[in-house]
Amino acid sequence: MAEVTMRVWRGDANGGDFENYTVAQNEGEVVLDIIHRIQATDAPDLACRWNCKAGKCGSCAAEVNGKPRLMCMTRMDTLPEGPVTVTPMKTFPIIRDLVTDVSFNYAQAEKVPALLPPPMPADGYRMYQEDVARGQEFRKCIECFMCQDVCHVIRDHEDNKQHYAGPRFFIRYAELEMHPLDTNDRRDLVREDMGLGYCNITKCCTEVCPEHIKITDNAIIPLKERVVDAHYDPVAWLGRKIRRRTKRSASDAAIQPAP
Amino acid sequence: MTYEHHDYDVLIIGAGGAGLRAAIEAKQRGLSVGIVTKSLLGKAHTVMAEGGMAAAMGNVYPEDNWMVHFRDTMRGGKYLNNNRMAELHAKEAPARVLELEQWGALFDRTKDGKILQRDFGGHRYARLAHVGDRTGLELIRTLQQKVVSMGTDVFMEVKVLKLVHDANGKVAGCVGYRRQNGEFITFGAKAVILATGGAGKSWKFTSNSWEGTGDGHAMGLWAGAKLIDMECIQFHPTGMVWPLSVRGLLVTEGVRGDGGVLRNSEGKRFMFDYVAPMFRAETAETEEEADKWYDDHTAGRRPPELLPRDEVARAINAEVKAGRGTPHGGVYLDIATRRPAEFIRRRLPSMYHQFMELAGVDITTEAMEIGPTCHYIMGGVQVVADTAATAAPGLFAAGEVAGGMHGANRLGGNSLSDLIVFGKRAGEGAALYIEAGDVAGPMDDAAIEAAVAEALAPFDREEGENPYDIQRDLQEMMQANVGIIRTQSELDDAAVQLDAFTERVKNIKVKGGRAYNPGWNLATDLPAMITVCKSVTIGASLRKESRGGHTREDFPATDPEFGKFNFAHSSNGGNWDSPIVTEESPLLPMPDELKALLEEAK
Repeated sequence: MAEVTMRVWRGDANGGDFENYTVAQNEGEVVLDIIHRIQATDAPDLACRWNCKAGKCGSCAAEVNGKPRLMCMTRMDTLPEGPVTVTPMKTFPIIRDLVTDVSFNYAQAEKVPALLPPPMPADGYRMYQEDVARGQEFRKCIECFMCQDVCHVIRDHEDNKQHYAGPRFFIRYAELEMHPLDTNDRRDLVREDMGLGYCNITKCCTEVCPEHIKITDNAIIPLKERVVDAHYDPVAWLGRKIRRRTKRSASDAAIQPAP
Repeated sequence: MTYEHHDYDVLIIGAGGAGLRAAIEAKQRGLSVGIVTKSLLGKAHTVMAEGGMAAAMGNVYPEDNWMVHFRDTMRGGKYLNNNRMAELHAKEAPARVLELEQWGALFDRTKDGKILQRDFGGHRYARLAHVGDRTGLELIRTLQQKVVSMGTDVFMEVKVLKLVHDANGKVAGCVGYRRQNGEFITFGAKAVILATGGAGKSWKFTSNSWEGTGDGHAMGLWAGAKLIDMECIQFHPTGMVWPLSVRGLLVTEGVRGDGGVLRNSEGKRFMFDYVAPMFRAETAETEEEADKWYDDHTAGRRPPELLPRDEVARAINAEVKAGRGTPHGGVYLDIATRRPAEFIRRRLPSMYHQFMELAGVDITTEAMEIGPTCHYIMGGVQVVADTAATAAPGLFAAGEVAGGMHGANRLGGNSLSDLIVFGKRAGEGAALYIEAGDVAGPMDDAAIEAAVAEALAPFDREEGENPYDIQRDLQEMMQANVGIIRTQSELDDAAVQLDAFTERVKNIKVKGGRAYNPGWNLATDLPAMITVCKSVTIGASLRKESRGGHTREDFPATDPEFGKFNFAHSSNGGNWDSPIVTEESPLLPMPDELKALLEEAK
């Protein structure tokens, strides 16, 4: 049976260091299998998040040899020979070991104005596959937050978290903007409060997405175009003034009773 | 001691489909709602559901209606179901699916813009609303986004240890701890809804995540509710078998719904040899007939690969036992030779991805190796169908933790619809209970202190066992003795071993501190796992027949006498190591109009 040495970051908000563990490695195993083996033997208190172990829940994101990866989908035999380094996601505050405080993302989720569709006909809405397909791509997101982790706007500039939603939420805004039924307008919000302009399209988010969502090309760039059109197009500007279209807040949208 | 404390009208334990749907309902009725989850929001096991949610909307086959769905569900459950639950589920699922689109869900569409529905085992018509093979993710994200937009309090990474009563024996709240810092936390509530999901983590080969430890089953039992049908465990026919590290990982039934077939090592489509008498009239006899059915359900009868899950799982087990298995002990699931690569990638994207990345298998050119995996527990907390109320006043249950809806075997696709139908009903039931006014008083402090002391005991022991060793041994024992095929001597042995496991759990030593310590977390999961394993083993031992998700080698036939009642367990003492008492609980009498639906179908 093969053996592997893992360099795992251990510690908490007060600091920490790497610990080395040498454990067995079997055919076909992924990084998460090895972390579980360390837990079951040498270090039962080694903290890591995981749920489905099938790449569907996005819980076990960490940095493997310095790159954001889902530990459950990273086969050991795809990594270079030698010790494997596992560290927590860098952009988020450490809780313990490989577990980080991802509450930034949940706070961003609370700011998203909800879908506001027209009343539903008795036998349901009609939508066509070609119209829902765009949104469906973004709804594949498993919220692993690796795109947020790798985005240098917040990875390298902690203070930007105050006014930047990040790629995960840009695809959420894009999904709602492209939703065939939605009547909310979030374009000013995205421009003014969510910091869409900070993104300079380096596509780091797209590269790490485990669901292969084309975050930059299919969400961020079209969203930027829509926002620009809305803001600088004089006809659209006039239309807004005349119709006095006010943005509804998330809570306004939420209290619409179900028909 | 004083701990962080919160009060709500309705406290919901669990943030999967059922818990979130219950929260929406309670919120819409103006109640204050708190949700507690062991994981982060949006990570619940619901995301693992792939194929779809069953609802007789009739979008693909207008002939479909709630009566056919009811009949399919009862037949699939081998008539052990709570017939009122099956009726409500079949009637209400379409409305519950449709309303998801108001909250942002985007299902795959028919050509005329309606929600597309796909075929699944045991359903007479194409009935499953779906989004590719990631329907569970769509459901949880839709409900999660709705709950967040309503401003609901969600307590993430909080493990609930025990429900707590008031002085009069009503459920008044619960005690748990925050995993992130290990600090204890208490919740007072007028009504508590269990929505904790399943219990499959006590088996070695399982599709369940670490969370599936049966917390709600156990806490409900300890608090005075009853557990029924615990012996009925669904072994999903198609789990991955190789590599070993992913053994048990689910392969969606959608593969078969979309044309995939099962073959043994001789290349034979063996399911034609395993059609039970009750399904013969509606199952194809030849490959030609079966293949016509996919395009037009009136041109031929159903392929036998789409029999209910219990039938298919037993057949695979028998083929492997007879020496016609694959090199890694499964059988082949082949869609590569039957559908174009482009079709497979579009309809089954996450299966394509899963096999390519984890097994190095391209399912558009090669067959998958699959075998049964522990997937779902039909048994659970006994509830009143209309309100989700349990035998413990103030306590409600919905979703996988509740029993009765699926009888002895659940049809694929009936789980996601169960979550939204009975999640809503639980929220409503809790609201009506609160409205009636006779709610619990303050929690019993002594019970809180006892739960805290018990949780901390593993830190104080000088020496003791590693909880991971106990969990591994328990999983191996349950897999071997209380697995897919059972026999009396092995069940008797399991009962003896479970007593030994109980003693081992009392001697756990946890290393490290309380903050995010998975070893400690496991130590606090094990009491629930032991309780669940005991009730499963007792039920399996008493049910001396084979029915649905309970197969006895020594009693292979179905016995009509056992079709008249559920085995119902209660706790004599309310602690995790208290004795379990079992009685026969008669099935709900079936109204004549429902009986007629089953008669017509025969």
